[in-house]
Amino acid sequence: MTVPRTYVSYPHRRPGMDHDRYPRDNVFARAPLRWPGGARVALWLMPLVEFFPLDMPLNAAPGGMTRPYPDYWNYTLRDYGNRVGVYRILRALDARGLKASVAFNSRAAERDRFLLDQVVRRGWEVVAMGTDMARIHRTDVAQEVEAEWVRESLSVLRRLSGQPVTGWVSPALSESFRTPDLVAAEGVEYLCDWLNDDLPYAFRVDGGGAFFGMPQGHELSDLKLMSEYGHSASQYAEQVIDCFEFLYREAAEYGGRILSLPLRPWLIGVPHRIGALERILDHVVARAGVWSATGAEILASWRAQAGAVA
Amino acid sequence: MAEATRFRGGGMTREHLEPTDEVRDSPELYYPWPYLDRPRIEWPGGARIAFWVAPNVEFYELDPPAGPVQPSTLWRPAPDLLNYSIRDYGNRAGFWRMLALFDELGVRASVSLNVAMCDHFPEIVEEMVAREWELFSHGIYNSRYLYGLSGEQERAVIEDARSAIFRASGQTLDGWLSPALTNTPRTLELLAQAGIRYTLDLFHDDQPQPVGVSSGRLISLPYSLEVNDWTGLHTSRGTPAEYAERIRDQFDRLYAEGAESGTVMCLPLHPFLIGVAHRVDHLAGAVDYILGHDGVWHATGREIAQWYLDHYYDATLAAQRAFAERWA
Repeated sequence: MTVPRTYVSYPHRRPGMDHDRYPRDNVFARAPLRWPGGARVALWLMPLVEFFPLDMPLNAAPGGMTRPYPDYWNYTLRDYGNRVGVYRILRALDARGLKASVAFNSRAAERDRFLLDQVVRRGWEVVAMGTDMARIHRTDVAQEVEAEWVRESLSVLRRLSGQPVTGWVSPALSESFRTPDLVAAEGVEYLCDWLNDDLPYAFRVDGGGAFFGMPQGHELSDLKLMSEYGHSASQYAEQVIDCFEFLYREAAEYGGRILSLPLRPWLIGVPHRIGALERILDHVVARAGVWSATGAEILASWRAQAGAVA
Repeated sequence: MAEATRFRGGGMTREHLEPTDEVRDSPELYYPWPYLDRPRIEWPGGARIAFWVAPNVEFYELDPPAGPVQPSTLWRPAPDLLNYSIRDYGNRAGFWRMLALFDELGVRASVSLNVAMCDHFPEIVEEMVAREWELFSHGIYNSRYLYGLSGEQERAVIEDARSAIFRASGQTLDGWLSPALTNTPRTLELLAQAGIRYTLDLFHDDQPQPVGVSSGRLISLPYSLEVNDWTGLHTSRGTPAEYAERIRDQFDRLYAEGAESGTVMCLPLHPFLIGVAHRVDHLAGAVDYILGHDGVWHATGREIAQWYLDHYYDATLAAQRAFAERWA
């Protein structure tokens, strides 16, 4: 048997990427960025407030239900994060004068107006993360259905927060081929699903509006390191600090860098792990030249300089 | 048909093979050769270990065509952002960090290249060529497997790799690692027919070994799925510090054993794994440790293969045949 000819033909074999969302690039060949106050590293913390419905399909997303209905085990561990763990994160940030972008499933915000209010009253940024963890954006979801999920997420979060909500992260970092176009059509300006860069970059969407990719710290996340890889909290802290130190050094030569750190309250927010976050933050804030910022602030600073491009 | 049951689990059936392909219970590509009292191998300058560094410089497609057989279930449906975008990170950021590190440490790499990189990221290939790194083939894309290909299609992949590497570097194609480590029963035979000197598809030894093919002289060069960053960091879930320790431990043992008969240590890497900010310094420490030893021949795959072919291939093959007859 032979495979079809399409399997041994290579239609996108050409200079650049095999898609037209952005050109190929080199992080080290760009004009150096200068963050406000001459900071070397922008600290971008992103707690993720996820709602995992008890009746969601099994094994649909990391952290989702895996056991026969009713899976109280997984449901309540995730709910613990939003009742208890997230407040340990809030206190750790408050104690150090740090801010965050907080990503919400819109259904999580609807179910927990108190938490949303805590975020808004601190002046932190609300980022949209779909409606809930049962609705994973994939190409096999009908386009009109996905578009409705996007509209619901953004309209609920904008109404409840009073913020413009210009950042988007997809539940479980899963997109369809259309997701960037659908969220851009609803006024989103930046997307933080792709792991391909350390800095913002222009991202093409239908309609050609200003739209950007922002760095997603998934590789350094509590989910990847402590849940998927099973590393201890101190091993996690060591890696985040190593990353910070490396970027801090690199910034002296190549210009401003970003430490993007997603935080799952159900992982980092438990008693035996929260100390690791506190040690990381103590280490980082002890350095001169660290800028605690939201995603929207980082993007605005980048656009003003790279300006150029955008 | 009866043989189909042998393939259960991987999606591979007899129908995915050529009618002339034989289905066997072992590869039948090499002789038994116990790691005890082997004839002594000496590397140039009396070195006890040949150390080579093999970064896999790869391109994965955002929307690859579905093949008849998938090697694993790692992948989400397209677009598989997590897997695609971290590999793009490897080419936008990780590669350049690795390059700076290798320049600093004096590493001369042997590159396991998805040859479509010559088209997609020519500037990356130019940097490697300028440093006189060896380029060898890791197929066209890491998202195109050899499974299910006819012999003719497979030969076309080999020729594509040969001409792409020659155009980019002027180098001959001397080494081969199948894309995503996917093989057909005839891959190694076809490599030998194409004049390729060494394959990395077999993992049965810590010294080079002759491969039983019907034409030419093909050797199996030690690669590694043990100190590969993919296994060390990803599938074994090691921390960067644990991975660096694994590399040092592997080296220490092979270095000690190399006093009896020369060994080979390969350090296979992926820029998207080792080139992220929290891991680079750990790799630097491990490689610096190795290169700080006397008696380390830091070579390319091609150089190791050539030394072995020139000095040991014929004698080893004769000894192995004799051993096999003695113990048959």
